[in-house]
Amino acid sequence: MKALVLAEHGGGALKDSTLSTITAATQLGGDVTVLVAGSGAEAQQAADAAAQVAGVARVLLADDAAYGQMLAENVAALIVPLMDSHDALLCPATSNGKNIAPRVAALLDVMQVSDVLSIEGERTFTRPIYAGNAIATVESAEAKLVLTVRGTSFAKAEAAGGSAPVEPVGGSGDAGLSRFVGCEDSASDRPELTSAGVVVSGGRALKDAETFEAIITPLADKLHAAIGASRAAVDAGYIGNDHQVGQTGKIVAPEVYIAVGISGAIQHLAGMKDSKIIIAINKDPDAPIFQVADVGLVADIFEAVPELTSKL
Amino acid sequence: MKILVPVKRVIDYNVRPRVKADGSGVDLANVKMSMNPFDEIAVEQAVRLKEAGQAEEIVVVSVGPAKAADTLRSAMAMGADRAVLVQTEETVEPLAVAKILKAVFEAEQPGLVILGKQAIDDDCNQTGQMLAALTGRPQGTFASKVEIAGDSVNVTREVDGGLETIALTMPAIVTADLRLNEPRYASLPNIMKAKKKPIDTKTPEDFGVDVTPRLKVLKVSEPAGRAAGVLVGSVDELVAKIKDMGVVA
Repeated sequence: MKALVLAEHGGGALKDSTLSTITAATQLGGDVTVLVAGSGAEAQQAADAAAQVAGVARVLLADDAAYGQMLAENVAALIVPLMDSHDALLCPATSNGKNIAPRVAALLDVMQVSDVLSIEGERTFTRPIYAGNAIATVESAEAKLVLTVRGTSFAKAEAAGGSAPVEPVGGSGDAGLSRFVGCEDSASDRPELTSAGVVVSGGRALKDAETFEAIITPLADKLHAAIGASRAAVDAGYIGNDHQVGQTGKIVAPEVYIAVGISGAIQHLAGMKDSKIIIAINKDPDAPIFQVADVGLVADIFEAVPELTSKL
Repeated sequence: MKILVPVKRVIDYNVRPRVKADGSGVDLANVKMSMNPFDEIAVEQAVRLKEAGQAEEIVVVSVGPAKAADTLRSAMAMGADRAVLVQTEETVEPLAVAKILKAVFEAEQPGLVILGKQAIDDDCNQTGQMLAALTGRPQGTFASKVEIAGDSVNVTREVDGGLETIALTMPAIVTADLRLNEPRYASLPNIMKAKKKPIDTKTPEDFGVDVTPRLKVLKVSEPAGRAAGVLVGSVDELVAKIKDMGVVA
């Protein structure tokens, strides 16, 4: 089965989710081609990086201003003709991948398998349903497979060791339906939430944005951790939505997840319960978070967390 | 301008789904059902645009069982004007739903389609994008802000890195994310009024759409459990545990 992986990249580098998706693609058992769509030097650098990834047979580089912002209308139109020579399309289940993959699937008249957790056979996959409260095993007999892949469920492919050729590929460019206006990136020196080794998350118990910052940030700094938050904390305006961990936010699976003042609603657990080690600090001994935590501390977070930070 | 809002009847978001013992699916017998929460946000957005004088009519459509009529009534109680029920007792996959919606789109000629970014039952997150593909229209997914400006609509999207704003030529398809708005509660008079609003009942066959599932569900199982760990009594014990794990030197 010949697989095409849509790369997620930024700043001339591949995102970790791309490396995980390449691993998933190799499990389908055939050649893996990586498509880098983008614009200018950064796209070229990302394509060069993709060529180094172990297990990649070929890299296609679509360099056009129309692909610079990954507008779904333009990128889907680029991918569809490429599927003539590929049997499967795999996209990371990121906001980009989730935006583009279904558009491609519909244009190919196939049903997509979303958020693949494991590959059980060439056409059999598991995926979460009902906010992760159930896992479905599904089989696709479609002419072309279109999959989005949950990055945290697959190991990252080795970023070095490969030497795939990079070939330019042309597409139809700008479909003229959509235009990029602007973005507000939450610039940060911290590791990316979805690929960080350690995540420190805060919940509604943190009271307000200032307290959230004062309690969570020093601990995260100490551990070189990414900062996460529950939906309640995000909705209450303590921190931006891009920090939300949960079924409707980001799915994380770090080595260590530290939940501070998070009760552990189903939808939050769905986003972090695959973390290797979960540490919970909460005042309420009955909080559901303690049912999934490896280590729990029942304590007032406003005293315990600063003390923890100072003693680490 | 007309706004088309597709809505889905799903398990209520407060209900904890139970996997059937035989692994054939999730037990929905005698379980409370409601409008998909993201679709509720989509209805609210349409109503706000109408209240702001930017839309004249809101049509809601649902593909589902006879009881999906209740969901359509809920949407009309919030302010939608009329409804289309495409009735089928089958489980319909996003691709088939998108094909039916395409037919409704062509019949109704809306300027905007607003729908939830995903349904909380199958969690597919596909229908809006597929409808955009099939109609050849632009898509603004995961919207946290929607502003109409002449013949285009500016959609601010919740993306992994933060927020992104794109401009789409209308007609356009927008999928609603959580922070787009907070849906209103329907007032009793509006609930009564909604009972008199029309529902046009159709079938997938009326639109020539084959809803036979393309994917075969082999089994549905409980996710792997996670055993509860230990409770420590003090910060010092926690520090010792964390150091044992090698998180910090």
